[in-house]
Amino acid sequence: MSYSKPKFKEKYDNFINGKFVAPLEGAYFDNTSPIDNTLIAKYPRSQKEDVELAVNAANAAKEAWGNTSATHRATLLNKVADIIEANLEEFALVETCDNGKPIRETLNADIPLCVDHWRYFAACIRAEEGSATELDEHTLSMNIKEPLGVVGQIIPWNFPLLMLSWKLPPALATGNCVILKPAEQTPSTATLLMEKIAAVFPPGVINVIHGFGPEAGKPLASSSKIDKVAFTGETTTGQLIMQYASKNLNPVTMELGGKSPNIFFNSVMDEDDAFLDKAVEGAVMFAFNAGEVCTCPSRILVQEDIYDKFMERVIARTKAIVQDNPYDVNTMLGAQASNDQYEKIQSYFKIGKEEGAKVLAGGAAAKLTGEFANGFYIEPTLLEGHNKMRVFQEEIFGPVACVTKFKDEAEALEIANDTLYGLGAGVWTRDAHQLYQIPRAIKAGRVWVNCYHTYPAHAPFGGYKKSGFGRENHLMMMNHYRQTKNMLISYDKNKQGFF
Amino acid sequence: MERIKITAEAEKIIQQLKAKHGELIFHQSGGCCDGSAPMLFEKGEMYLDESDILLGAVAGVNFYMNQDQFEYWKHTHLTVDVTQGRGASFSLEIPLGLRFLIHSRLLTEEELAFLAKKD
Repeated sequence: MSYSKPKFKEKYDNFINGKFVAPLEGAYFDNTSPIDNTLIAKYPRSQKEDVELAVNAANAAKEAWGNTSATHRATLLNKVADIIEANLEEFALVETCDNGKPIRETLNADIPLCVDHWRYFAACIRAEEGSATELDEHTLSMNIKEPLGVVGQIIPWNFPLLMLSWKLPPALATGNCVILKPAEQTPSTATLLMEKIAAVFPPGVINVIHGFGPEAGKPLASSSKIDKVAFTGETTTGQLIMQYASKNLNPVTMELGGKSPNIFFNSVMDEDDAFLDKAVEGAVMFAFNAGEVCTCPSRILVQEDIYDKFMERVIARTKAIVQDNPYDVNTMLGAQASNDQYEKIQSYFKIGKEEGAKVLAGGAAAKLTGEFANGFYIEPTLLEGHNKMRVFQEEIFGPVACVTKFKDEAEALEIANDTLYGLGAGVWTRDAHQLYQIPRAIKAGRVWVNCYHTYPAHAPFGGYKKSGFGRENHLMMMNHYRQTKNMLISYDKNKQGFF
Repeated sequence: MERIKITAEAEKIIQQLKAKHGELIFHQSGGCCDGSAPMLFEKGEMYLDESDILLGAVAGVNFYMNQDQFEYWKHTHLTVDVTQGRGASFSLEIPLGLRFLIHSRLLTEEELAFLAKKD
């Protein structure tokens, strides 16, 4: 079954104070589809004055919204979930068109996960209770959670609606108003969602601003009228955003890069069974979402005594990946999100080959024909080498995994932890001791054990080291959007006696 | 012999941005979505300290990289170039519909020896 490119309007606007509003200067930019490099629509090229409008709208809405009941907010979050679910196919199709990822992923991963994240935080805020402690027979310490107020959120283009759905629900559930800036490569599903939920929230509670980083992102991140910034992106921008936040003494959360190790111990080949088949798929997960994932398992570490046999299967499975029309449900690998990525990945092929990496599969741009001839496709690629090579250390953000071997547990850990990042990792083994001890020794926030690339709500996700901080997808994220008000109450009629 | 150089096209864009913004610096970003790109900022925009290595200057713009990252890059020669595109960072060229990028090649034995002496 195959879909085709969805229909779009000629241009779209910012969503501010419950309405779609044209950018004040009237400038728009062209958003194109990486599938065939054709125009999708025009989106606002917002400036700081547009951001200011959104920030003011959020500030005007924050008191009333912050005082709504958890019951009410949960009901609205559930409504959003229902709306996304009822329009799942439409969201999936628009996401595929804007990002280039295959429709089988948006239908079965991106959009269903979005629905679940909205429902999860609706449930969290209802189930949660505050705390009170009797410090002595006359004194009660009571903790009440209060929203921060107004939050700026800046999200990337790799999972446009899913990153929105990781960020908005915890902020809204806890009673904050939000200004969201989607990536300029992928503004479509955020806009589609605002069209469908325009009337769900009071005006000013959610605002969506489009535009470029220096013109719209920076004024948002550095505004003195917001109370927090949440960012997913790369390290230099992350550092800048933290700098701006430091001027306002605002909290931030950061989800930055990764170079995740995926470790295969020799016991995976003890049997030729369903688990081995799962492990081989686990290695090939580097091609999921065209490798444009901060946790892409981009370093495959295989124990040396199974290396040849195991890699033979991984290479065969990699070569069996169907790369074709992203709108076809049988396609496994679509386009890279932009020409920028397409060129960057090829520049890594060049430096990798120069450094002596051996190409085991792929290693070049993929040429599709017909209407997809101008799209940005890269072959799923396996490079064999060693961990000091730049292709082993830098996030390529493409369907590219670098493969190396290790002797024993100690060497596996040494290689796994020899990276600037610490976001994700995978461990594959049948050994009961390794199942626990190896993940504990890896310096990363998420270790998938005998699985990979699952992102259920209810399991905290976030980085160690230069991968950032904060834990999303979990109720602990709610405290990143709140203050704690401590009320220290005396029930003693007698004075303290100092004066 | 320098670690870093720049193409004529990129230099032209830098001169254009200097006229608008004044003094500038480059910082090479690390991983993730828009990472591994040279980012151009107004001088003073980004807090730099001894953990940022100065690789050299191109078109009168100092080029920095975090020390941790430099450890993995120090055997490569870099060339700053510019192309059509839309990197999603705060880098100053983005609104022009352009983006800076880095071409890398391995330094030769002679170049490495020369740079080791210079350091």
